Amino acid sequence: MTGVRVAGVGLTPFGTHEGRAGRDMFAEAALAALADAGVASEDVEHLNYGNFMGALAERQGHQAPLMVEAAGLRCAGTRYEEACASAGVAIREAVRAVRSGEADVVLAGGMERMTNLSTAEVTESLAVAADELFEVRAGVTFPGAYALMARAYFDRYGGDREDLAHVASKNHANALVNEYAQYQRAVSVEEVLDAPVVASPLGLFDACPITDGASSVVLVSESYAAEHDLDAPVAVTGTGQGGDRAALQDRADMARTPAAADAADEAYDDAGITARDVDVAEVHDCFTIAEVLAIEALGFYEPGEGIGAARRGETTRDGRLPVNLSGGLKAKGHPVGATGGSQLAEMTRLLRGDHPNSDAVPDATVGLTHNAGGTVASAVVHVLEVAE
Amino acid sequence: MSGTEGVDRPDGPTYEEWVAALDRNGFYLECANGHGSLPPRRVCPECGDTDLTQRSLPGTGTVATFSEVHVAGPAFAGETPYVTAVVDFGPVRLTGVLREVAADEVAVGDEVRADVEPDGPGDRPLVVFRPA
Ligand SMILES: [Zn+2]
Repeated sequence: MTGVRVAGVGLTPFGTHEGRAGRDMFAEAALAALADAGVASEDVEHLNYGNFMGALAERQGHQAPLMVEAAGLRCAGTRYEEACASAGVAIREAVRAVRSGEADVVLAGGMERMTNLSTAEVTESLAVAADELFEVRAGVTFPGAYALMARAYFDRYGGDREDLAHVASKNHANALVNEYAQYQRAVSVEEVLDAPVVASPLGLFDACPITDGASSVVLVSESYAAEHDLDAPVAVTGTGQGGDRAALQDRADMARTPAAADAADEAYDDAGITARDVDVAEVHDCFTIAEVLAIEALGFYEPGEGIGAARRGETTRDGRLPVNLSGGLKAKGHPVGATGGSQLAEMTRLLRGDHPNSDAVPDATVGLTHNAGGTVASAVVHVLEVAE
Repeated sequence: MSGTEGVDRPDGPTYEEWVAALDRNGFYLECANGHGSLPPRRVCPECGDTDLTQRSLPGTGTVATFSEVHVAGPAFAGETPYVTAVVDFGPVRLTGVLREVAADEVAVGDEVRADVEPDGPGDRPLVVFRPA
């Protein structure tokens, strides 16, 4: 089994790209990743592409061949769909293809166009990730589902809205210097608490924004990197995926996310590390409570302990385990099908030392990314390590 | 845009039959090992048993979690704010809209009964809960 290196990464700025077609956004990210990698487009052997709601947002299914064309590649492509974890799965399958020796160079990433829809239409489109019969028909929205989890968590373990507000405030602070982030502005705990309610107990600033954007990473085999003398110091050393029942009502415990725990266990085993070895993490904070559930499932905290981590300053940029130095989905934005790829891109830059927040983790050698689909009915975890 | 008609197992209840029965004799499915689940279903998701029997839903359940939703999709836009809740009915949980109770009067553990509103948002039957 060959090792896998991240040869290059590319992102569009996350935010509102009014009037821009999805293919144009993806092309921007893909070309940036190829340029960063110093890899010729004709060397790319496959495109692994993540997208969730393109058939609703742009009335465009069958996107992979379009994206191959837009990025100027001369290979086949496959679209991966696993709700908000779409790009995470696309990357995982790219890692597996390179490891198996099937390919030396795979471009992976994703794109989502969302702001051309109204808020009600986006709410409806995202709800499609939930169980249509037993949740959507009962009026469960995406924020509503996480609100149900937040209430279940408070009821089981304690904690309150102010604890969650610290998560939002932290991630906004991290995004201040990130040129790709949708919101490069500070948000105080008071502002989070005073924001309008979206789905109680969650308010507007407990939720990630509606975002357009694309992400790309170029994954190569170690032998390809050596032959082409690539500067690719970051390796993907672990990958894992977990699944759970689609509907919250069918889960044993609505205040836990075992799919993420399973994905993490698999990725840790794969990399030969434990949760203790992780220096920095990018986790799927589509809502503030999601970050809490993530850091517990990933083994950084015992169940019930994660809620106070941001408030205690442990996951802040100067804490012992900085979480979401990119700003997270919360402040960086969440173009759903692109998010898993952006996490890998941000983590690579953090570990390479060329991220504006790399100075918060100057000695970091092990990073983790956690990408979740729906209410964590699916989860993908990757371990990245500085290899040389 | 329901895509579920016609794919149910021919000898088992459909989702539509399940919802329609909620106001009279609501039921769930039980496998030989006592696991509960809801239709359409051919296999117990817990143990893989394919011998599923219809059982009466307990008359009342308790609220496991809830949220007052203020921002909804088009189908529920005229309903906001509404309280969505997940309710424990012994071997199964149901998700629906809580009626006849204000959001600030709800608590986890409250006792409710399941009902159906035949012309819910989008003219589809809606699972609702009312105080027991
Ligand atoms: Zn069973």
